[in-house]
Amino acid sequence: MTTVELGMPAEGPIADAVAASVATQGPKQTELKAKDMKTDQEVRWCPGCGDYVILNAVQSFLPSLGIAREDMVIVSGIGCSSRFPYYLNTYGMHSIHGRAPAIATGLAASRPDLSVWVVTGDGDALSIGGNHLIHALRRNVNMTILLFNNRIYGLTKGQYSPTSEVGKVTKSTPMGSLDHPFNPVSLAIGADATFVGRAMDSDRKGLTEVLRQAAEHQGTSLVEIYQNCNIFNDGAFELLKDPATGTQWSIPLVHGEPLVFGPDGASCVVRDDFGGLRIAETNQVDASEIVVHDAHRENPAYAFALSRLSSQDLRYTPMGVFRSVRKPTYDAMMTEQLDVARVQEPADLGALLAGGDTWEVKA
Amino acid sequence: MTAIERPETAPSSAPGGLVKSVVELDRVVIRLAGDSGDGMQLTGNRFTSETASFGNDLSTLPNFPAEIRAPTGTLPGVSSFQLHFADHDIMTPGDAPDVLVAMNPAALKANLVDLPGGGLLILDSDEFSPRNLAKVGYASNPIEDGSLEGWQTVSVPLTSMTTDALKDSGLGKKEAERSKNMFTLGLLSWMYHRPTEGTIRFLERTFRRKPEIAAANIAAFRAGYNYGETTEAFAVSYEIKPAPMAPGRYRNISGNTALSLGLVAAGQRSGLPIFLGAYPITPASDILHELSKHKSFNVRTFQAEDEIAGIGAAIGASFGGALGITTTSGPGVSLKSEAIGLAVMTELPLVIVDVQRGGPSTGLPTKTEQSDLLQAMFGRNGEAPVPVIAPRSPGDCFDAAIEATRIALTYRTPVMLLSDGYLANGAEPWQVPDVDQLPDLTGTVNFATEPNGAAADGEEGVFLPYLRDEETLARAWAVPGTAGMQHRIGGLEKADRTGNISYDPANHDFMTRTRQAKIDGIAASIPLTDVEDPDGNASVAVIGWGSTYGPIGAACRRIRRSGRSVAQIHLRHINPMPADLGEVLGRYDRVICPEMNLGQLSLLLRAKFLVDVESHTQVRGLPFRAAELAAVIQEVIDRTSEPVAPQVGEAGITAGNGAVQ
Ligand SMILES: Cc1ncc(C[n+]2csc(CCOP(=O)(O)OP(=O)(O)O)c2C)c(N)n1
Ligand code: SF4
Ligand SMILES: [Mg+2]
Repeated sequence: MTTVELGMPAEGPIADAVAASVATQGPKQTELKAKDMKTDQEVRWCPGCGDYVILNAVQSFLPSLGIAREDMVIVSGIGCSSRFPYYLNTYGMHSIHGRAPAIATGLAASRPDLSVWVVTGDGDALSIGGNHLIHALRRNVNMTILLFNNRIYGLTKGQYSPTSEVGKVTKSTPMGSLDHPFNPVSLAIGADATFVGRAMDSDRKGLTEVLRQAAEHQGTSLVEIYQNCNIFNDGAFELLKDPATGTQWSIPLVHGEPLVFGPDGASCVVRDDFGGLRIAETNQVDASEIVVHDAHRENPAYAFALSRLSSQDLRYTPMGVFRSVRKPTYDAMMTEQLDVARVQEPADLGALLAGGDTWEVKA
Repeated sequence: MTAIERPETAPSSAPGGLVKSVVELDRVVIRLAGDSGDGMQLTGNRFTSETASFGNDLSTLPNFPAEIRAPTGTLPGVSSFQLHFADHDIMTPGDAPDVLVAMNPAALKANLVDLPGGGLLILDSDEFSPRNLAKVGYASNPIEDGSLEGWQTVSVPLTSMTTDALKDSGLGKKEAERSKNMFTLGLLSWMYHRPTEGTIRFLERTFRRKPEIAAANIAAFRAGYNYGETTEAFAVSYEIKPAPMAPGRYRNISGNTALSLGLVAAGQRSGLPIFLGAYPITPASDILHELSKHKSFNVRTFQAEDEIAGIGAAIGASFGGALGITTTSGPGVSLKSEAIGLAVMTELPLVIVDVQRGGPSTGLPTKTEQSDLLQAMFGRNGEAPVPVIAPRSPGDCFDAAIEATRIALTYRTPVMLLSDGYLANGAEPWQVPDVDQLPDLTGTVNFATEPNGAAADGEEGVFLPYLRDEETLARAWAVPGTAGMQHRIGGLEKADRTGNISYDPANHDFMTRTRQAKIDGIAASIPLTDVEDPDGNASVAVIGWGSTYGPIGAACRRIRRSGRSVAQIHLRHINPMPADLGEVLGRYDRVICPEMNLGQLSLLLRAKFLVDVESHTQVRGLPFRAAELAAVIQEVIDRTSEPVAPQVGEAGITAGNGAVQ
């Protein structure tokens, strides 16, 4: 079982409500099964959509956290992927397009006793909500953001998205899209995110491992999940999924292990002359030149360089945890400021209302 | 001067055998004007504090440019502060100053038009250099060319007297000059017999870490005071007796401070933690600043990346059981619209403060206006009713904040609290309330902790987040962490009771009407219409909302003093309106509605009650003048008292005598 530390609700009506529910319904249930995470709502994605596999993986994984369902909150934006909260028996909010990181920030900052998750899509997180995403990442509020990247706008029926490759032909770009895509991992590292990972929808084991590390991380975690939209962008990740090509083009990231990949470990990652990284043939370099993956490196330049290895057609795509570093979390620091303030200026409402200068009018 | 001038009561003799007389006045309006860098706002605020602690009733009108430092000595850089204080209760910062202090030619040029003939004009002669005069287009020096003959002009070298007073202070000339505002304050403090200890304490406190600056300012302040006492330039000083006020403890308070304290009090009285999500914007930023100081009251403040994140975070916090608040001005409300709709749909409590400023777009950031009313009412997609309430004076911002919270928590709804730039920065004496007498809001919280119903398939013991309280129609509010109550909410239409997604036509119709009915039902919890009609004979009523309360009230007093009757109706709750408002309006032959917009409340009243409201509007970025409003009212009364033939109003309803049928 994984351990995730949660705080306590501050004294007052919230803590009273939590205590009342424990009084009537017994102690918090933390031994859960995947079926306990399901709701009575009919799942409404297109048959074959990658969202199903992710949902199954998450439903199976969440119980391993040892957190009661009522202490988990899933906040989403708008998009196919953002329907996620309806299918998890936790607290949830399906909010408005792009704003989930902001909403989750308010919740997580005021309730350190909760495990807060954001589910968002590539359009939701990177177009309309791009601003909220980068600011959430730099603040490091304790929450986990799952970014379902299908490289398309699914819910609005197939327009290109900020992660679509240049030249993408869609209904809104009949002659091909013109704008250069974001690499969500590069963007997150550029925003100084303390935890950044990437996983594939169909790779249950790899996805679960990244989710586990993300959940354990104190601070904002961003997990990019490649998700197949079989209706509007089918096969977008085939290059990486197909066993024939997958090993050649994906670079598995394991902390402390040398970055060797490809059939028979034929390829590897070495430093280039400009402080970045490049792909080399393993038999052409000395073993000591091969980079050993270090997700805990303070300086984000290394993780950024890793994220730049891949091209927009997904060749040389690192999969796994790029970066995981410890920094104080926003919510913990906010709580600390409140504690300090209580010592400095005990809460006396009468004195506050009177302020510094008062005068008395006698009867 | 407008005041009753009495012969001197107590000649005082100053050193040097100078005999000075003291004149008693019932009220004075002073305007301090200078360059934005001259510290006029600070000087005005200090004079206000002295005046407040002396016990006068008062009202202030700060007026400053949007630029932090417009080019020195230019017209756009002029900043002013008007203070009206009296020995009786007053309602406005005064239409026109009796005394104008102009620290430079630009300040004179920008403000002289407002000073009535014969008024006292105090000028800093040092600043009337050819260069400064040329900057604002004076061909000759008005101090010398006779153009100021219509006023009692006293021109004194304020700057050089300040530097003289500070020549041993060790400060450079430029630095010493910066204390000229304190010299001026000292002079005015002598002229109006203001207590000085407060200012000295204030300077010591403010410059705690720079004792030499504190000492210089105090020295300049004292020098100004002594100059008044000894100079022949000012032969008279004035006394304005304290105003009779209800017994109690008082302080001076601005609208933004009062609003902030009201929110803190609402948090304390409900027991909920406060979460403010905000993005800086004039004139609302001071609420963010003020609340950020009060963390010990369980107040979390979050300076968001934009207005949307500000409200988003507040909604997230409300979902978690906090009192979510977002504060902004009109442009920010525009950005928040979609999120307000989410709060309407999810039926979560939220207080949205809009400190209105001149619009549209960036508009007039530092000037006042009431033009966001319809935005507050309707500025969202879909049928998205939101309660709207507005404070009427700086001190009233405190009570309005508590009332907004009461509604938000009781009815689980976002509430719009409409302040404005004039209330935000204006100040008045405020009776410090007794904490135990403040509304107890603990009963409004009642988090759901147990299942409350049965599912459609008959399963007992489930939690229905959209099951409503029969009386208030508020939905059940269960917070994360509460076992067995897990539920999902969101912006998609909710099925009645379960809150599940529903696209059912009948359900949408039902839910739309239910959300409206919930807001309409708030009327049952608010007072009946506030009408002031002392003799009960009025056939003309003046209706207003928000900060026009003071000017309308002052105008009505003038009318009544002239022997006529007029009723003042003031709306604190604009959505929903008091239950009897239609009936009340119907009692009057004429209803006038002055607003600092182009007739937004008039539009609502006409639409709702089919009353032929006469709209009187002004959008100059400044509050109404009482005299101007009195003239408008007088004209309508004159017209109404002539026998009038029944008129057909716009709505086709006879509006001559009681328009509502
Ligand atoms: C303010 C607003 N603008 C536009 C939309 C329409 N809209 C809904 S989802 C979406 C794009 C979703 O794309 P993505 O985030 O990639 O999610 P996916 O459906 O692919 O999972 C858009 C444009 C909306 N709901 N709200
Ligand atoms: S449109 Fe695409 S992303 Fe949306 S549910 Fe269908 S397959 Fe999934
Ligand atoms: Mg997408």
